[in-house]
Amino acid sequence: MHMADALVAPAVAATMYTASAVTAGVSVHKLRKDDSAQKLPTMAVMSALVFAGQMINYTIPGTGSSGHMCGGMMLTALLGPQAGFLSMIVILAIQCLFFADGGLLALGANIWNMGFYGCFVGYYLIYRPIMRSRWFSRMSAKAASRLKLTIASILGCVITLQLGAFSVVLETSISGITELPFGMFVGIMQPIHLAIGLVEGLITTAVLLFVHETRPELLMDVGTSDQPVSGKCSLKTTLVILAVVVAIAGGGLSLIASSNPDGLEWSMFGNAEAGYSENMGLDEDDFGVDSAAADKAAAIQEKTAFLPDYAFSNSDSPAGTTVSGLVGSAIVAAAALLICLLGGFFRRKRKQKQS
Amino acid sequence: MSKVSAAGVEFREMDELAAQESAIHALHPLIKLLVTLAYIIVVVSFPKYALSGLSVMVLYPILIFQASGIPVRTCFHKLRVVMPLVCAVGLLNPFFDRVPLLYLGNLAVSGGVISMITLMLKGIFSLMASFLLVATTKMDALCAALRKLHIPSILVTLLLLTYRYIAVMIEEISIMTDAYHLRAPGQKGIHISAWGSFLGQLLLRSMDRADELYQSMQLRGFCGNFYYADSTPCTLGAAMYGVLWVGAFLLARCFDLPLLLGNLFL
Repeated sequence: MHMADALVAPAVAATMYTASAVTAGVSVHKLRKDDSAQKLPTMAVMSALVFAGQMINYTIPGTGSSGHMCGGMMLTALLGPQAGFLSMIVILAIQCLFFADGGLLALGANIWNMGFYGCFVGYYLIYRPIMRSRWFSRMSAKAASRLKLTIASILGCVITLQLGAFSVVLETSISGITELPFGMFVGIMQPIHLAIGLVEGLITTAVLLFVHETRPELLMDVGTSDQPVSGKCSLKTTLVILAVVVAIAGGGLSLIASSNPDGLEWSMFGNAEAGYSENMGLDEDDFGVDSAAADKAAAIQEKTAFLPDYAFSNSDSPAGTTVSGLVGSAIVAAAALLICLLGGFFRRKRKQKQS
Repeated sequence: MSKVSAAGVEFREMDELAAQESAIHALHPLIKLLVTLAYIIVVVSFPKYALSGLSVMVLYPILIFQASGIPVRTCFHKLRVVMPLVCAVGLLNPFFDRVPLLYLGNLAVSGGVISMITLMLKGIFSLMASFLLVATTKMDALCAALRKLHIPSILVTLLLLTYRYIAVMIEEISIMTDAYHLRAPGQKGIHISAWGSFLGQLLLRSMDRADELYQSMQLRGFCGNFYYADSTPCTLGAAMYGVLWVGAFLLARCFDLPLLLGNLFL
């Protein structure tokens, strides 16, 4: 689910960096307040463990294929959402820098898609409510805790992965990168990640159940079903924070969404010029944009658009433009070759000097 | 070699590349980081049909490859797994965008093909730029640069510590995987009966070790921060290097340089 740099427009990347940075800032503030310097080595060791542990292949019985564990959910269950989120940032940064898994520009989006949903949504909306619930109260405390842990892990992995996959589709479509229609993109991404989420959930459950058997005190919210859900950061406060962050992210995204014809827009208005049928029968000209304010906004947008439409086919002499472009590119290629030859020449000279 | 041990070797190789000596290696890490970010932003911001304009951006990685002495084949060898995935992103474009955009003799090239090639080049250029940053900058220096950008110390310290522990963890998991496979020959992965205990055992040991580690760090005076020695000063030359590159990127983004060059000769 790691997005490459080519998949995001700079404006989308900047928006996602901002959203992730705000969440990271809140997490750092919370950890500092709790004076959790003691947690730092544990966080680092756990991040390294999850990083290396994701390379282990687990055989899925009866299929011959293999799966990996879900990092976000495991870190959250062991470290808590804030520390887990920071650990996910570090893991994703190292994956991006050393294994080119996800791009440097798309890092903000990747942190949001995998870290935010996995840690915050996974913890506050799934893991904690389930672990603190009074479900299975007729059973023994240990058995009830095991069952709740299983449900929380599987549900957490499935739901957070679905949210992450949907975000990938949304970010790519808003960036106007792929020609793949929005509906088809969602139709491909969601079922694939449902299967992945289920397998990852099962593996994460297995590891967490092992920890529960041997050292239950290491897990968050285990054996706390009798305590009321309160604390410094209650569910209500968290939901408000989440809503604000989502509003900022959504607002930022919608600002640039209007300047890029994307999959969403395509599915509503179609693209008659390109020969597509008008999908929902809506005419873009008649769809609420026929006002003085809208015209003015369009004029401003045209002047300030960061990605103006490239006048490739509308140029005065398309053939001439093409030939000039080709000649220019050939000169660039020649310059590149010259740089390589010069580089080799100077390196050889330096080696001769040294010897 | 197993996947885990291969990852360990890749890690070490990147460290060795970053420890080489060249004019690019000696540059201030913050300048390199900012130039790399500016390059990726400019590359990605090119419109989808701007193939000729984008082509000039190849000169930056080529110049850095030559100046730093890092072989291009090392880059492509290391990125061999990711490169096809990045290139596969635009593969469907020719099927959805069939309007002819240009004619090469009698051959009509559709917008989909142009946008596919542009997208592939964007992916490859961004990957090369990130690779060159890590291949010419040590992790300590990169962390010091991040601190200069006022990234919170807890995050930077965590990054540095994790980076150091990854080598240990990879070694540990590699030994465990080898031992498991020697006892279970012919089995592809970890059997379901050992799903929990395999990583769980290592997890528990690591948590205990982390506690001991923290105690030893405290005994040596650790108070939540690492101190970075600023070995490479940010000289005027380094600043000029950054300004010139960013200026060149913006120039390439605003004007279709290959097109203008071609016009000069035609």
